Amino acid sequence: MKQDFCYDIIIIGGGPAGLAAACAAREQGVERIVIIERDLHLGGILQQCIHNGFGLHHFGEELTGPEYALRFITKVKELGIEYKTDTIVLDISVGEKNCFNERQKVVTVLSVKEGMQQLETNALVLAMGCRERTRGALVIPGTRPAGIFTAGAVQRFVNMEGYLPGKKIVILGSGDIGLIMARRLTLEGAEVKLICELMSFSAGLTRNIVQCVENFNIPLKFNHTITKIHGKDRVEGVTVSKVDSHRKIIEGSDEFVECDTLLLSVGLIPENELSVSCGIALDAATSGPVVNERMQTSIEGVFACGNAVHVHDLVDFVTEESIRSGKSAALYVQKTRKPASLRIPVRSGNRVRYTIPQFVDSLDEPFKILFRTADEYRNVHICAYSNNKKVKSIKKKIVRPGEMLSFEMTDGDLIKIQHDITVAIELPEEDVD
Amino acid sequence: MKYDIAIIGAGISGACIARFLSQYKISICMIEKETDVSCGTSKANSGIIHAGYDPEPGTLMAQLNVRGNELYTSLSKEVHFTFKRTGSHVIAFTEEEKKVVQELFERGKKNGVKDLRILNADELRSMEGSVSSEALCSLYAPSAGIISPYEAVWAIAESAVINGAKLFLETEVYRISPRDEQGFFTIHTSRSDIRTRFIINAAGLYADAVNAMAGARRFCIQPRKGEYTLLDTKCCSLAKSVLFQTPTDAGKGVLVTPTVDYNILIGPSAEEKSEKDFNATTRTGQEYIFEKAEKTIPDLPRRSIINSFSGSRAIAYECGEDGKPGKKINDFIIEEDKIVKGFITVGGITSPGLASAPAIAEYVSSLLEKAGLELVINPDYNPVRKGIEIFKDASPQRKEELIEENPLYGRIICRCEMITEAEIVQSIHSIIGAKDLDGVKRRTRAQMGRCQGGFCLPRITEIISREKNIPMISVTKNGRSSFILHSKTR
Repeated sequence: MKQDFCYDIIIIGGGPAGLAAACAAREQGVERIVIIERDLHLGGILQQCIHNGFGLHHFGEELTGPEYALRFITKVKELGIEYKTDTIVLDISVGEKNCFNERQKVVTVLSVKEGMQQLETNALVLAMGCRERTRGALVIPGTRPAGIFTAGAVQRFVNMEGYLPGKKIVILGSGDIGLIMARRLTLEGAEVKLICELMSFSAGLTRNIVQCVENFNIPLKFNHTITKIHGKDRVEGVTVSKVDSHRKIIEGSDEFVECDTLLLSVGLIPENELSVSCGIALDAATSGPVVNERMQTSIEGVFACGNAVHVHDLVDFVTEESIRSGKSAALYVQKTRKPASLRIPVRSGNRVRYTIPQFVDSLDEPFKILFRTADEYRNVHICAYSNNKKVKSIKKKIVRPGEMLSFEMTDGDLIKIQHDITVAIELPEEDVD
Repeated sequence: MKYDIAIIGAGISGACIARFLSQYKISICMIEKETDVSCGTSKANSGIIHAGYDPEPGTLMAQLNVRGNELYTSLSKEVHFTFKRTGSHVIAFTEEEKKVVQELFERGKKNGVKDLRILNADELRSMEGSVSSEALCSLYAPSAGIISPYEAVWAIAESAVINGAKLFLETEVYRISPRDEQGFFTIHTSRSDIRTRFIINAAGLYADAVNAMAGARRFCIQPRKGEYTLLDTKCCSLAKSVLFQTPTDAGKGVLVTPTVDYNILIGPSAEEKSEKDFNATTRTGQEYIFEKAEKTIPDLPRRSIINSFSGSRAIAYECGEDGKPGKKINDFIIEEDKIVKGFITVGGITSPGLASAPAIAEYVSSLLEKAGLELVINPDYNPVRKGIEIFKDASPQRKEELIEENPLYGRIICRCEMITEAEIVQSIHSIIGAKDLDGVKRRTRAQMGRCQGGFCLPRITEIISREKNIPMISVTKNGRSSFILHSKTR
């Protein structure tokens, strides 16, 4: 196997996360960087997101997915960053510490053009993105006909290949991709008969509910799920049932909806097969690597960013996080940062599902904590505690699991931090202050 | 079209019989109504090659199971499919069940099962660490094993075709005319008439209907539905061998087993039903198998479910006067018909049918000889059939050679199972080639991993379209009208 390739930073994944990390690392002055992308083009899933709404935060203007991707692809090319497309990573191995106290990483890649190669690197950035939950994982009973798709697969068929999967559509789950595909399929002449959402609220962004569903008069039923799939060769219909507040199916609430296609938009799962294989610790709540405030994983010199860490609702936030990750990788390579001295856990308190980072190893610089709530709550206080003392509290009218929240830890806050940080949501009646 | 032998049904029985007979100088055809081989009972079952302690001594089941199990070693090597002798345990949880384990041990010895042992709880748990602490003892059968049933049927049927057998897919038998003066039956099918000296009815769930068409012995096949759940490969350490509970009248109960591809399979449920061709999973069925399986392995990770499916076992009953099922027939029905000479029934092939199939083929061959068919060895017979070389399992050096020989080995299409474009293309162009997405899946495992085709479905659809030179909208999931796409966009 060819093995004479040495890099400072290898970035796995050429989607928005990998591209932003690569640019940030190069701007920090790192020379030998390569992006490994398994698809035929850079840009990742953005290439099939031809709707607009991207870039409002990062670029201050509204772009389509491919336009957003193109800005970074152009930058990667201008900066002369090497990339390999149509190339998949088969394996990452992390060696023992050498005399410079570094652990060398070897990435085995495969492509039609270059066959198998082993690439050595000092630092790694994991930016593999995420995948969609499937029918199998949901255990929807019934037959197994053609016509059951994840929303992303349909998005690829419609937007990149130019094919319509069916004419009468039912969508399970109100995740953003499902909502966007409801509009897209309607525009293509299909009839979206129903969107079912198990919860009493949408997992998607409010703007997507308005622009993709309400504006097109598509029926959206909360507290409903699909309990049976019908059809032998192709989907012929689904049974839709109402659920109670404990998500238990209400007997006798069944209703048959005729359709030829079922789209699933029931959540995304960070892709971390490679992370697990090289021993990186994952967080059960995010299904992504545990990271510190610099986006370093449990293995020194291995950084992560984007949807591989936790599922973001806006690509702009992916970009922001990935710039931080790329910059951190660069500083690691350049050894300009003194070794970590602390390990302060960041915990999810009441009503908080997860936080990013899960720990911090320095209180020298301000940082941001990202988190999601477990449910929808109104008139709450978002609080940070350390050593059981409240260090910060912010009022918020409404918080939803579908919208990621963030919390700046400023210099002033950091002085109050001792051995831990806990982020919690407090309801009005609990508010004792 | 004239043949010496026509085999109706291309499941595990039909394929094994065709392959075994293809070593002789006789003309053979297989007639299958579905779009592919292994589309009936052989598609969705536990994939267990039972050791042979279950059947009553003296039955055909007992005789053929033990022999069939032995034959799998050479068969899997010759025609290239994965067979793992993982061993199996029948686990007792009560004093009553301990007695059953003892009975099975005695029965197994009578049936000639080798190396059977009864293990105490500690021995069992040292081999299978996840087994419940409630387990008291187990019957350990090292000779039991596992296969991927559709991979095996495909490989065995291809071996038959390599040696001259013809395979007619999408060909449904409507009527059978008795032997004429020259000694030929006429099988009237949805395509053309097939004339044959001998008929072997290996029609699985429809064996009763085929017997009726020929005027042969009447019996009824009642499907017994079994639901299964498949867990992610990351759970593979939960079971290293096949873990049974003690059997009941309804069958061998819910098992937990590794699959040859490192998943964990649990099931089946057992539900009598009337529709033969309709396999749907149910909420109650899924809950039932989980509840039962958790007796063997507590706290099975439901979050790791990647798929569930159901299949039908062909249970044979005597035919009552009203045509409805009467008394259950507790053995395979493998016989030349007493009245319709030259017609051989291979019916009621329920568990341990998969394990017995290679021996069923030998047995059928002996019946044919008795029935007057002269079996002369074909000097050109080639027992070896080469399968698709799997990139994932190759050594690093072999991987490089594979890419050198075929650059498409350098492109992973199914990320979860690490299946390359080369493997998918070969599956389409193989001797019995994949025609649709499920065909590719059964041959290569592409789409069978944790994303269930989320990423690779569009790409495999494109590859099928390209390789078969058909439009994208003509690509199906599994034949007929199971089209993936409706039309082009505006």
